[in-house]
Amino acid sequence: MHNILDTLYNLPIDAFMGQLMLGLINGAFYAMLSLGLALIFGMLNIVNFVHGAQYMLGAMMAWILLQTLGINYWASLLLAPLIVGAFGLLLERFVLRRVYALDPAYGLLLTFGIALLLEGSFRQKLGSSGQPYAIPAELRGGWDLGFMYMPTYRAWVLVASITICFAVWYVFERTRLGSYLRAATEKPQLVRAFGIDVSKMINLTYGLGVALAAVAGVLAAPIYQVSPLMGSNIIIVVFAVVVIGGLGSMSGAIVSGFLVGFVEGLTKVFYPAASSTVVFVLMACVLLVKPAGLFGRRA
Amino acid sequence: MNEVSPAVLCVRDLHGWYGDSHVLHSVSFDVRPGQLVTLLGRNGAGKSTTLKAMMGLLDKRRGSILFRGKETIAAQANQIARQGLAYCPEDRGIFATLSVEENLRLPPKLREGGMGIDAIYRLFPNLKDRCKSGGTKLSGGEQQMLAIARILRTGADTLLLDEPTEGLAPVIVKQIGAVIRELKTLGYTILLVEQNIKFAAKVADQHYVLENGRVVEHIPHAAKADEVRAIANYLHA
Ligand SMILES: Nc1ncnc2c1ncn2[C@@H]1O[C@H](COP(=O)(O)OP(=O)(O)OP(=O)(O)O)[C@@H](O)[C@H]1O
Ligand SMILES: [Mg+2]
Repeated sequence: MHNILDTLYNLPIDAFMGQLMLGLINGAFYAMLSLGLALIFGMLNIVNFVHGAQYMLGAMMAWILLQTLGINYWASLLLAPLIVGAFGLLLERFVLRRVYALDPAYGLLLTFGIALLLEGSFRQKLGSSGQPYAIPAELRGGWDLGFMYMPTYRAWVLVASITICFAVWYVFERTRLGSYLRAATEKPQLVRAFGIDVSKMINLTYGLGVALAAVAGVLAAPIYQVSPLMGSNIIIVVFAVVVIGGLGSMSGAIVSGFLVGFVEGLTKVFYPAASSTVVFVLMACVLLVKPAGLFGRRA
Repeated sequence: MNEVSPAVLCVRDLHGWYGDSHVLHSVSFDVRPGQLVTLLGRNGAGKSTTLKAMMGLLDKRRGSILFRGKETIAAQANQIARQGLAYCPEDRGIFATLSVEENLRLPPKLREGGMGIDAIYRLFPNLKDRCKSGGTKLSGGEQQMLAIARILRTGADTLLLDEPTEGLAPVIVKQIGAVIRELKTLGYTILLVEQNIKFAAKVADQHYVLENGRVVEHIPHAAKADEVRAIANYLHA
């Protein structure tokens, strides 16, 4: 393998592995974000266009907490999702709830508008350039694996995101709470008639989905810098990921998140010019063969 | 029949709407403790809508529904369920993304006195063998059993059953009849929507006949053969 790559592409193996690793890291963020989107879409029937801005808010919150109160990365990893998640609870309770009865386009436009509002306000205050966020001391450095150099922080992001995705998947697919969520996704009215307060479940699900975006934002801060538009750059790809995985499928969101990251990484090695469009090509191909997405239950 | 005992369910002048469409026009009836009362009527008469209105599942409703003396016309579905009223919908409402066992355990225990899982499996032995399969992988008859079984765990003692025999083979209808009689001897109060008058006549204490969203007939002694024959003729006219 080493020889073939060397001769055909004149590319050292560690650069190749490095690109794949970068792709996987991107994939970790795609997976966490599309998982939240899938969760929210299932329960609220709303395409949460403000998801990217909520991811940005997570990173921004970590940065603000550090700048103003000196709160470190580890505390922010907990605090930022709590604060942004609480904002999500209020947003659902007082704003989103008003459009459920209307055509889905209203939910889409409403969340899109809120995203523009949030991103605009931060750009007004901070400009659109990125602010650096230092990697916490415990996670600096890296390991030489022989075939590539593995920065500790990237390894941490991979482990953390896989753990988070697995935990959310497990709760949704394997626990009693998850069975309530799945049931309410299918037939909310009937679940109400069993004595369950579905409105509260919808509220908490939205809060959880938003908090998930915020965790991803904090994890991303040291890698991508903190900027008001960081969410709008990534969210378009994440929507493609959701479509590839199958709307409303948890495992589909996770698997296709990592898959898209991986494919993007490969494309960067072999044909860099296509690396930012390959995801949409992939989406078109999947839709042609399986209109419901890789893991979709049906069209 | 004990006419003096207060009704468990007392429905008066009930109106119901789907959006702007006015479907129930003054429905009134009583269900007494431990009784099995049927709502009969042709397709589209408003039987299912009456149950939905009682469960708080309609867009808009008006009138009065007393459940154990308490007014529930303004309450939400989850509050009504918590007072001990349970609902088994016409489409059975089995969740495809839940296993049989998850379907069974979905409705939370609302009060003491519900059946244990073992007692439920004794009443519905088929369900135990299939407990790990997907809910909608069951046959129609098994899904109907599951839909009834899962509301027995909750401790609710008043059941609204919407056409439990619809589309099922005669042998399954017989099994469901046996289950319903068993539930009656256990003391459940049951409001049963039916089109199968032969089935209804065997289990019911009283019948109400609905037409165009109104009660058009009340038959207080369901066992009278000539009256049952008259209804049968009416329903199949
Ligand atoms: N979701 C709905 N939206 C609008 N109208 C409805 C809806 N469901 C039922 N209807 C109308 O309300 C009326 C009563 O329907 P309902 O389902 O209560 O009848 P039913 O007596 O249960 O009939 P069946 O024996 O066919 O189940 C019918 O005219 C029906 O067309
Ligand atoms: Mg009906």
